[in-house]
Amino acid sequence: MTSADLIGKILQVVGGLAIFAAVIGLLLFFLDRAPKRGRDYWQLAGFLLPTAVLIIAGLIYPAFRTSLLAFQNNSGEWTLDNFVWMFTQPSTLVTLGNTVIWVILVPLLATSIGLAYAYFIDKARGEKIYKALVFMPMAISFVGAGIIWRFVYDYRGEGREQIGLLNQIVVWFGGAPVQWLQSSPINTFLLIVVMIWIQTGFAMVILSAAIKAVPVEQLEAAQLDGTNGWQRFRNVVLPGIRGSLVVVVTTISIATLKVFDIVRTMTGGNFNTSVVANEMYTQAFRAGEQGRGAALALILFLLVMPIVIYNVRTMRKQREIR
Amino acid sequence: MSPKRYRRALLPLAAAGIVGLALTGCTGDIAAGDKENTDCSAYDAYGTFEGSPEVSIGGTIQDAEADRLVESWKDFQTCTGITVNYQGTKEFESQISVLAEAGNAPDLGIIPQPGLFNRLVDGGFLKPATKEVEANVDEFWSEDWKGYGTGSDGTFYAAPLMASIKGYVWYSPTEFKDKGYEIPKTLDELNTLTKKIADEGDHKPWCVGLGSGDATGWPGTDWIEDYVLRQAGPDTYDKWVKHEIPFNDPAIVEAFDSVGEIIKNPDYVNGGLGDVASVISTEFGDAGLPILDGTCSLHHQASFYEGFWPEGTKVSSDGDVYAFLLPGTEASDDKVVTGGGEFVGAFKESKEIDAVRAYLSSDTWANNRVKLGGVISANKGLDASVASSELLQDSVKLLQDENTTFRFDGSDLMPGAVGTDSFWKGIVAWVGGQDTKTTVDFIENSWPSS
Repeated sequence: MTSADLIGKILQVVGGLAIFAAVIGLLLFFLDRAPKRGRDYWQLAGFLLPTAVLIIAGLIYPAFRTSLLAFQNNSGEWTLDNFVWMFTQPSTLVTLGNTVIWVILVPLLATSIGLAYAYFIDKARGEKIYKALVFMPMAISFVGAGIIWRFVYDYRGEGREQIGLLNQIVVWFGGAPVQWLQSSPINTFLLIVVMIWIQTGFAMVILSAAIKAVPVEQLEAAQLDGTNGWQRFRNVVLPGIRGSLVVVVTTISIATLKVFDIVRTMTGGNFNTSVVANEMYTQAFRAGEQGRGAALALILFLLVMPIVIYNVRTMRKQREIR
Repeated sequence: MSPKRYRRALLPLAAAGIVGLALTGCTGDIAAGDKENTDCSAYDAYGTFEGSPEVSIGGTIQDAEADRLVESWKDFQTCTGITVNYQGTKEFESQISVLAEAGNAPDLGIIPQPGLFNRLVDGGFLKPATKEVEANVDEFWSEDWKGYGTGSDGTFYAAPLMASIKGYVWYSPTEFKDKGYEIPKTLDELNTLTKKIADEGDHKPWCVGLGSGDATGWPGTDWIEDYVLRQAGPDTYDKWVKHEIPFNDPAIVEAFDSVGEIIKNPDYVNGGLGDVASVISTEFGDAGLPILDGTCSLHHQASFYEGFWPEGTKVSSDGDVYAFLLPGTEASDDKVVTGGGEFVGAFKESKEIDAVRAYLSSDTWANNRVKLGGVISANKGLDASVASSELLQDSVKLLQDENTTFRFDGSDLMPGAVGTDSFWKGIVAWVGGQDTKTTVDFIENSWPSS
């Protein structure tokens, strides 16, 4: 790249932004001047149309096409082979099983740990610092986290200097170093630890804010009634933060279903650690089996759907209460 | 404007300034090559271009290899005025179809696998070869090589670029001389030698590494292919890659078991690197290096591994390291080799792209690149003596010899679902302790029906 290229590129960016601003400005201008009759509809259309076009082109059409691809083989013939393959190959069954393990453990553990942490440090001295410490992993990309933790689990032959923290600890206690990432089934759980490490901060921050929003009067009333700390937590705080809990659990569940980066950077899906999203990428783009990839994508979609629906329904119910 | 407002504008301005300066650091303003001092007679045929047009090339070649590749078209750039931008990434193989589909592919792609090449052809992403390219290929390459660059529709698309011979066994000539080891002439002799080194007890004989990022496992497929070709013969090999015999055929199982006697044997691996489990975690590029410090004696890898030895390593039949071809089952057998190669496919068409394609398929390029060291080409216009080392000169002669049985790397010819997926995964699981039958059944079941 030369300086001239660079200047050209900067000009392109500036130009692009200017055009975007101009288009939006013009749109707003004309909407403002829309004919009095049916102005509401004009404005509705004007504001919804860009979004609708983008959603159709970027979400609905690809989803539709992926669904069709899932029922085709590489030469474009209609077939159910992709699904037969998915549910008969032992390796794909392992992949599906792993995804289930992930989606049960990560939301459960990340939310419980985040909740416990948020509750214990609530109103403690140095709360902000404690929060920042746990929240920081959130700022690290999944790939970065994967690389960091791969070092933690790194293995060197017995007798050689260990560079992996976990194996060094094992050696200090007199054990022999273990190939953590290659030993199934423990490797899947070690990868799950990484995801929990990232997501706990998210759960903690949201839940901490929710705990603070629980009315003091209720807590005092409970105290006057002679409850102990656990009863107050169980019967006052938990119902008070129920909405936030649902949001946290569902958000983490969806993120977990889509997990790809951690598995790919740490084991590449080998050693029985693959998950649906990783296998989908491998099949579609490395093996060139788009049908199989699409079938996996479809399954992922079906798995995410109930969580999304539940999330939306809970939020709607809460709105009604308010 | 109030002072406060000034201050408000200051921060964004400062930030913009810093970003601007930092970005300027990314630019590399290279002085144009000096045309006066370059002999341009070899490049006349490609013409000269005004306005320094650019041609982008993508591929898997990286690091030192990529530097030499860029060096190989330096004079071409100076004489023709075309700027060639090369970008190498390990993810090229998985990314190129995505890029092509989105219309963002580079102008030219250095495609390292016939399987991937066929997928790109079937997807309609590649442009047919130009007349100049086809004439070059007819003149300088054998029919087999041209066949690998021809799509299923019978159209010729991509000229071969470099080649490598797989199935070399790297060793230390010094160690062999000191300890009185002989270079084995049959696979049985190789096993005897392996046992002898292991019995002497100061180190394990073989060092093996299958790690390669996303592609972990491929060096293991080379082992299997070499054994299938030698033990079962070329005909079975061809049937195997075309799936005319199943992947769990007894011939293939035999090859797995023979390889397993070495790379799954805790007494034989992993010299200088650890135990059997380290076979999977060691990067293939690092795996042979223990030969240099005497903690390993034998390492199976292609001819390109010469480029992986650290600077100052003497690669020759009386130096620090050298390689012998993995022997056949009988000493009298003709030479059989597996090998690989790259093909240059074009995703776009223009005069300058055509010129670069023609240059890359010419004997001029082959000689220029091979001279820089580390690689060879099957180009018949290549003068074997320009190859950078004894080993590569031998390899070129082997490739140009009519009596050599040459077969393209089998995993590259199989469908992607096997050759770049289940075969790799199978090898990784197999070395990790899975038995042979489960492994070959798994790979057989993953073979796509169409």
